[in-house]
Amino acid sequence: MSSTIHSAGSEDRFAEATQLQLTWWRFKRHKLAVISLVLVVLFYLVAILADFLAISDPHATDARRSFIPPQGIHFFDDGAFRPHVKGLKGTRDPKTFKLTYAPDPGRKLPVRMFARGYDYHLLGVIPTNIHLLGLEGGEAVDGIFLLGTDQLGRDLYSRLVVATRISLLIGLAGVGLSLVLGLILGGISGLYGGIVDTAIQRLIEMIRSIPTIPLWMGLAASLPNTWSVTQVYFAITIIISLFGWTELARVVRGRFLALREEDFVIAAELAGAGQMRIIFRHMLPSFASHVIAATSLALPTMIISETSLSFLGLGLRAPAISWGILLQDAQNVQVLASAPWLLMAALPVIVIILAFNFLGDGLRDAADPYG
Amino acid sequence: MNVLEVESLTKHFPIRAGLLQREVGRIRAVDRVSFHVARGETLALVGESGCGKTTVARCILRALAPTSGAIRFTQEGGEIVDLAPLSRRALRPIRRQMQMIFQDPYASLNPRMLVGDIIAEPLLVNGVPAATRQARVLELLELVGLPAVARSRFPFAFSGGQRQRIGIARALALNPSLIVADEPVSALDVSVQAQIINLLLDLQDRLRLSMLFVAHDLGVVRHVSDRVAVMYVGRIVETGPTTALYDRPLHPYTAALMASVPKPDPDRRDATPPLAGDVADAANIPPGCAFHPRCPHAVARCREIRPELRETIPGRMTACHRAEELTLAGVD
Repeated sequence: MSSTIHSAGSEDRFAEATQLQLTWWRFKRHKLAVISLVLVVLFYLVAILADFLAISDPHATDARRSFIPPQGIHFFDDGAFRPHVKGLKGTRDPKTFKLTYAPDPGRKLPVRMFARGYDYHLLGVIPTNIHLLGLEGGEAVDGIFLLGTDQLGRDLYSRLVVATRISLLIGLAGVGLSLVLGLILGGISGLYGGIVDTAIQRLIEMIRSIPTIPLWMGLAASLPNTWSVTQVYFAITIIISLFGWTELARVVRGRFLALREEDFVIAAELAGAGQMRIIFRHMLPSFASHVIAATSLALPTMIISETSLSFLGLGLRAPAISWGILLQDAQNVQVLASAPWLLMAALPVIVIILAFNFLGDGLRDAADPYG
Repeated sequence: MNVLEVESLTKHFPIRAGLLQREVGRIRAVDRVSFHVARGETLALVGESGCGKTTVARCILRALAPTSGAIRFTQEGGEIVDLAPLSRRALRPIRRQMQMIFQDPYASLNPRMLVGDIIAEPLLVNGVPAATRQARVLELLELVGLPAVARSRFPFAFSGGQRQRIGIARALALNPSLIVADEPVSALDVSVQAQIINLLLDLQDRLRLSMLFVAHDLGVVRHVSDRVAVMYVGRIVETGPTTALYDRPLHPYTAALMASVPKPDPDRRDATPPLAGDVADAANIPPGCAFHPRCPHAVARCREIRPELRETIPGRMTACHRAEELTLAGVD
């Protein structure tokens, strides 16, 4: 091992390193977690820059574009670097007389970067219409369909990118809310004990023993039909976090109970430290690692919850776009047989959930660099 | 003058069971224990694990609330206060005058704080200004034999012995009138034990510390204490000046403890058998003398009447019916 040769300097570096540095050094050793961290950051970048990365308006329908298969970008044209896609040509089916559109190898449409497209607000504030990729010229029906289109002719890639935003944000918001609930209720439970503790623990057991899907159905049914997409979105976040906090509260309570008896906590108490100082200076930092791990493991659960709720039609409803709503389109076997690319919406769900799990694993190991 | 006087200190832990958490029994961890610590004196409290010595220490520091009894502590100004009934709030100004050295040097230092901050914490929470704190931390590090760079490191960078030095520095930070050391060396290697004992002896000399030294090993106690109190199942069975007690123990339990001290001489095999059996269950103390099931000298009286602690020889207290008749072997 490289650590066998230690200069005095490097030992000092180790001995005087801050907790953050130690954590980072340890974290870097977990390769899978580092890769996951990069993936998670990329996903959140996509979420932030969703409209910029989208190519065509995710809400714009066009019957002519229905079920266009995924279409690659051709980078070279006659040996020269000239990225382009094929245009669409309508042909009438001689048997059904139905007009179907398919790529026309004869028509090459050049792809441009930072092209103008539909209007949106960058980061929610700056009005612009510049997109990463766009077509130059072409007819109204033409477009870049990296992942194909759905029945209504909406570009799946653009929809997936925009869905990332809602699905990831709902996860974050849900975890944030359950973190607050879990910390407060778990903290009270662990600190005060007695009847309060018993009451909170029984409440947690009750919540955890209710089968989730019927409960979600009930709660979703109670959301008024007249609510806007945003209101439903918030309601769903709250519903998800009302069930997500229990695990965190248990972790926090357990840590409080264990730490209360720790010698260093007793030492601080004997030194005359106040309760606030003991909680915030001694106890909280000691289980921050557990909270981080529990949080990063709770995030995928939140995302899955939203996805399954929306998939079942209990969560967000169109015109909102989330991973669950995209997957809803892939529910029909007949549709899937003719347009299998619709299942692509499951891929980001799988990737992000694996990434969060590995990241949580790496963080848990790293956040206890003294162990 | 006594820094600490403990009178009839009792701590019972209820055993609860069943749905309604009814009390079905009591663990008599500490039962009517009385002793005192004079200023500048070190009293050792000795006994096997489970005899209640740590509970006594924690009650005195009021990390636990005693069931009954009085803990009279002489404050810096000479005012005597009974700690037993005081509330958490009322205790806070007194806490700074009595500090603890912990058994486990790994668990007693917050792994997420710099050593300098750990030592300065008692100063900080008691309102000592920052500049004074810095100077005091350096002074304390020197006092316990650690380099000044130690303050900008985390505890994990130190060995067990060094960590115990940090713990001692923290305990001394506020110049307490009383130090309660709860088995301060039993978690350390033998060679390191000697260093820490020497440090404590040195500090006793220099600072005239008053100390309650809790230990399970009479070998360690011999060097640090002026007087010894031996505990068995929640009660004190013998007290006396260290030299006299080691020369001639008056209670069979003390003698047995002494026989169990390992001797660094492979040729000396002991004729006396080690103590048989286990410490009595504090929830179910045997009638009569609690030690009688294990005592080689027990007679009928021992099984029926519980012996009270009494002065058997001037300056020596023993709780044994046969203290005067027995001639027990001491050390060497």
